[in-house]
Amino acid sequence: MTTAVETIRDEPLTIGGRTFQSRLMVGTGKYPDMDTMVRAIEASGAEVVTVAVRRVNLDRSKESSVLHFLDPKKIFLLANTAGCYTAADAIRYARLAREAGFNDFVKLEVIGDEETLLPDVAGLLEAAKVLVQEGFKVLAYTNEDLVTALRLEDAGCAAVMPLASPIGSGLGLLNPFSVRTIKRRLHVPVIVDAGVGTASDACVTMEQGVDGILMNTAIAAAQDPVAMAQAMRLATIAGRAAYLAGRMPRHEVAMPSSPTRGMLD
Amino acid sequence: MDVVINGEQRKVTPGATLLELLEELELDPRAVVVEHNRKIVRRPALGDVTVTEGDAIELVHFVGGG
Repeated sequence: MTTAVETIRDEPLTIGGRTFQSRLMVGTGKYPDMDTMVRAIEASGAEVVTVAVRRVNLDRSKESSVLHFLDPKKIFLLANTAGCYTAADAIRYARLAREAGFNDFVKLEVIGDEETLLPDVAGLLEAAKVLVQEGFKVLAYTNEDLVTALRLEDAGCAAVMPLASPIGSGLGLLNPFSVRTIKRRLHVPVIVDAGVGTASDACVTMEQGVDGILMNTAIAAAQDPVAMAQAMRLATIAGRAAYLAGRMPRHEVAMPSSPTRGMLD
Repeated sequence: MDVVINGEQRKVTPGATLLELLEELELDPRAVVVEHNRKIVRRPALGDVTVTEGDAIELVHFVGGG
């Protein structure tokens, strides 16, 4: 399927000195198999792809890392600190990720609650400050709180990543007002991360004017992940295009689309 | 000699370097990051660091994640 929407006039997305054409970023977790993952990433058009840092399985040493299936020359690997509940742990994971030798970007997560996986913003700020000092380009996963987002920007984060709704929930964008406010007030890119469930969610999110969107489960857990990746690619482009086009004002009453004059007696 | 690798008690050859340890485990040094007693050991230095009794070693790599 091809679309004409590539002709939309838009600036590329620049984060921490790196420029990307696609505003959709995708994760690599929870796919039914690696072949589906590879094809879904391809269909999504994403250039930034997230990965996690975990122990090598010693008893299955031939078990490949995700890098066996992804070409770091073609995609930009963004390591996360998923699963970390303290600033110290997140810093440790970020340092290990950087040592893998691809880049100094990190998607910083410091989780504060197991049930909701909502961020621990105090730990997040603490870790962000340390990592920025160490030269990391920090993309901070946070909630949709403006003041936290401002503090993260002040701390030197390369991007701030408010959630649409809890990780893996698929509930969509619960608080468009807050995300829009964050976008309006920050100077660094705002990338909405987590919670998107289907293409309309991605579209509505991009219509808020944010710089990009990151998702994993919405694609990986779809019935057909490759088809959903394609849908997400189009929805991200459509939402961005609608934002750039500028929507019509909302009215509480109907406004006829056809002329009211010239009606028959 | 006993060391702890990725949280598991393991027997390794006494006097082995981290690089030799990776070979023993059939791991490609380019594909893992090594943390030795909480300190990251860069790839070029893996052959210089000798493992001693009771050391804690973490071997990590990238896996699928969001």
